[in-house]
Amino acid sequence: MTAVENIRQTSEGGQEMKPRSEIGARELMREVGAVLRLSEAEAAQLGQLPVDSDEDQTMIINMGPQHPSTHGVLRLMLELQGETVLRCKPIIGYLHTGMEKTGEDLTYLQGGTNVTRMDYLSPLNNELVFSMAVEKLLGIEDDIPERAVWMRMLLSELNRMSSHLLFLATNGMDIGAVSMMLYGWREREEVLRFFQKVTGLRMNHNFIRPGGLAADLPPGWRDDVLEILDMLPPRLEEYDILMTNQPIWRERLQGVGVITASEALALGTSGPILRSTGVPWDLRRDMPYMKYDEMEFDVIVGSYGDAFDRYAIRLNEVRESMKIVRQILDRMPSGDYRIQNKKVTPPPRGRIDESMEALIHHFKIFTEGFKVPEGEAYVGIESPRGEIGCYIVSDGGPKPYRIHMRAPSFVNIQALPHMMRGGLVADAVAVISSVDPVLGDVDR
Amino acid sequence: MTESESLHGSPVSWSRGQKVVHPSRQNYVALLKKLLDDGFTMCTDLTAVDYLTHPGRELPAGVEAERFEVVVNLISLTSKDRLRVRVQVPEADPTIASAFDLWPGTEAMEREVFDMFGVRFDGHPDLTRILMPEDWEGHPLRKDFAVGRIPVQFKGANS
Repeated sequence: MTAVENIRQTSEGGQEMKPRSEIGARELMREVGAVLRLSEAEAAQLGQLPVDSDEDQTMIINMGPQHPSTHGVLRLMLELQGETVLRCKPIIGYLHTGMEKTGEDLTYLQGGTNVTRMDYLSPLNNELVFSMAVEKLLGIEDDIPERAVWMRMLLSELNRMSSHLLFLATNGMDIGAVSMMLYGWREREEVLRFFQKVTGLRMNHNFIRPGGLAADLPPGWRDDVLEILDMLPPRLEEYDILMTNQPIWRERLQGVGVITASEALALGTSGPILRSTGVPWDLRRDMPYMKYDEMEFDVIVGSYGDAFDRYAIRLNEVRESMKIVRQILDRMPSGDYRIQNKKVTPPPRGRIDESMEALIHHFKIFTEGFKVPEGEAYVGIESPRGEIGCYIVSDGGPKPYRIHMRAPSFVNIQALPHMMRGGLVADAVAVISSVDPVLGDVDR
Repeated sequence: MTESESLHGSPVSWSRGQKVVHPSRQNYVALLKKLLDDGFTMCTDLTAVDYLTHPGRELPAGVEAERFEVVVNLISLTSKDRLRVRVQVPEADPTIASAFDLWPGTEAMEREVFDMFGVRFDGHPDLTRILMPEDWEGHPLRKDFAVGRIPVQFKGANS
């Protein structure tokens, strides 16, 4: 195979970044990261090549899809002049497995196994938003038992902690603090061990289901959570010593990948990226779901919108989540962990031997699935990466007619061209890392 | 909840307690512009639905059901409110104006809808496939795009 054929085989055609001579002004604007409505003169200036008499040539290079710092299979095409990034275009889809199409062929009970694999670092949040959307369509969102709601909150917050701990690990790794990777991974493992005890799996739990949860918390769960809460604070202090106050760390992150509030809003970003610009927007506080309105916690905001702010926000959100978990421990009620609605919840194992009706319900739920009334609904919650949303259209059958997940990472990576323009290639790694994209979430 | 409720001249319906506006294709961008001025500064989500095998859905009077529907979810940070916009897009001419000039964040989402449904967005800076391979045939999330038993379409898979 010749080199030219080889290139043709792997090319993504129009999806790739093209030389400046082949693209229109609007596409150029997009790739240099122009966000707000600019005057024509300003826009033209933004797209112009910087004047440099010695080195007036630019080069388009690929970063990824196989690159350790691209967090999976993200591919960036960068136009460089020397070491400066002039243009950037993320090319995605390498992990696309058609999960939204698959979801149309799974019953509402099976759907959880599908959505939990999207954002694989916060699986419980995926399941939660899916279950909440289904419950909204069923009209049972207010009938979920208290204990189920509090359990969902507990798991969701612990999941936020494990996701942010992994971010701290990979962020350290990307910037060159390799020991941080080991520490972050170690702490996250403690949380995953708790998930394994509760759900049976470290990841992809399918534990939060429409109507409640799959099982009750196991005996001794409170001690396990308390152990995590006691273990973490000194470790987070260590992170502060290792990174937050360390001059090299600050040099690498401060002023890198800056974005302003209005730009972040225009690009639709959410979560720590939006909060790093100073916009105090957290769905847990601003559009409370479950019992978050009764919780005492702070929304962490930044002021410069740079990579350091995004790092600091996530580090402190771990602390806020711990605050919330403590309050949940104090208030966890007893009772049912799932709704006692025979059409939605499978009967307990013991009832199947005694009751013909229970056997029928069990059979119907696991073969045909339960039917959801016709209609459409959108539910959005705050995942560790921003707003994760679930839009379901039902035609009255046991499977969703259309299921769409609003993936926070998919929207957030659109900010990359903007954050990277004018920066150095070495900073590109810090910028990608600070956006914390999960490619399973981007491509679905 | 009156029958004739409307917002900026477009009929409004309620779905499970959520407010939905149904503009016509011509009014779509004009309505979005007004909503942006009303404070809906964030466009959270833009997607589409193919109603090929589920034509009889409930729509407010005056809105004619078409095969495709583009669904936009907006958030107002000031009034802490959500709003959904649903536009009908006919099968014969699946084009609609792009919201890119209002929210540049819709760029990737519109590309995804184009990729998955074949709905074209006028005025989009770079309307190419985003998730599927460049030489893929068809639009996977359309209802007439069958699951399974399709020839493997990846490059070099046969050689």
